[in-house]
Amino acid sequence: MKKKNHNDIVVPQPGPRRFYGYGIPGVKLEDLVGKLIVVEGADGSGRSTQIAQLVDWLETSGHATVQVGLKRSSLVSEELERAQEGNILSRTTLSLFYATDFADQLENIILPALKAGFIVLADRYVYTLMARDITRGMDEAWLKNVYSIAPVPDAVFYLSVEAEELVQRNLSKNATLDYWESGMDLGLSRDMFDSFLQYQTAMQAAFRQLQKGYGFNIVNGNRSVEEVSRELRKKITAVLAAK
Amino acid sequence: MKTFAERNFPGRLIAVEGLDGSGKSTQIYLLKRWLEAEGVRVYFSEWNSSELVKSATSKGKKRELLSPTTFSLIHATDFADRYERHLLPLLRAGYVVLCDRYIFTAFGRDTVRGCPPAWVRGIYNFATLPDLTFFFKADLEVSLRRILDGRPKLKFFEAGMDLRLSADPYESFRIFQGRILEQYLAMSTEFNFNIIDANQRVEVQQGIVRQLVSQRIDLSRFKRQTPLPLPPPLRVNPKSAELEDEPEE
Repeated sequence: MKKKNHNDIVVPQPGPRRFYGYGIPGVKLEDLVGKLIVVEGADGSGRSTQIAQLVDWLETSGHATVQVGLKRSSLVSEELERAQEGNILSRTTLSLFYATDFADQLENIILPALKAGFIVLADRYVYTLMARDITRGMDEAWLKNVYSIAPVPDAVFYLSVEAEELVQRNLSKNATLDYWESGMDLGLSRDMFDSFLQYQTAMQAAFRQLQKGYGFNIVNGNRSVEEVSRELRKKITAVLAAK
Repeated sequence: MKTFAERNFPGRLIAVEGLDGSGKSTQIYLLKRWLEAEGVRVYFSEWNSSELVKSATSKGKKRELLSPTTFSLIHATDFADRYERHLLPLLRAGYVVLCDRYIFTAFGRDTVRGCPPAWVRGIYNFATLPDLTFFFKADLEVSLRRILDGRPKLKFFEAGMDLRLSADPYESFRIFQGRILEQYLAMSTEFNFNIIDANQRVEVQQGIVRQLVSQRIDLSRFKRQTPLPLPPPLRVNPKSAELEDEPEE
């Protein structure tokens, strides 16, 4: 690939922006001139690594970026953290708590950044929240209504990695498996290893189910960091240039 | 949406709705006293939520961090918590549960704040409908006078100050309450509200309430052969007690 001249900054073209449904009261879609790019995937799928590289690449190319993720709102992130530690909230309650966290970041970070023309990189978005709840037997139509406040991103990449490979990457990084990423609250198995494999397989099925309705890019995350990164950059370049 | 009876729950839920100052809390208290005296397994659900949800909600309110959307979602979280941990087990166990405010409070309030009504209703569709809903309809001026005569210190969201209706909290509260009343009236047919004229004397209203309850709910089914003591109220942390932040009625 020919190295780009640093003076050639690609100015993103505004595409037709829309919400999945109701959106946020009083927000004008035509004001949201930035770009929203989502990277989804399990822990160990390479999400954070890829996002860090994308930030580097985008900022070097002259784009301002902002990052958001789950459980990072100033409103409820602390309480969500504690709720998870104690596993004390029921299903609908926890689900709505996460929705509150998302809505708070949406209104205070994502929408203002899009108005200011930033490229917003979301380390997970509503799809993870929906997939987790679908896996736990919640009604998909109910979830779609709750998250109909979300703007449709300009691109969504789901880094798909086999459950067996996720185990290897998680153990190599942390030496343990995470309680929630293993779906231990579901009581699939007392054996954490078995539970992790079963849960991650179920999550992938939920993502594929959501993919039909939401149409995101499934990226083979079993490959090397460099290969995945190259694919993401190529697709994002197209998104930034597209009308 | 179905009622608890339609969903074959052994218990029954009675809800009261109305503006602040409509006297609904007094009425539901008197209803509880009567049912207790009748030996009915009754529980008055005081809107307690877990410390966690409470902590997030009061932080949002104190720092005025809430938008209409997050206000709606955090109250739905709070409701879900009470519903799943508290109301459902009681209703499964065959109690007559009395609720001072239910989902209709959220429908009215969130709609006035500008949330799409269908979105709000969709969020709450996990909740089963009450078997009996009383709406205490007082003249707006009567309700307002009961609340405002003492010149209470109105909280930011309680007065609807986030809607920028007026810079004066008392004026804002008046407009806000008026709009909520409109919402209540608009949904009264759809949700089978039993409208009680709250301008009448307390005793007259209570007579109507008791009569309707005994007509609509077979109370003998809720009495135990060997009565157990009624459960105590849930423990309340006085520091963060009332989330709905209503003024005293």
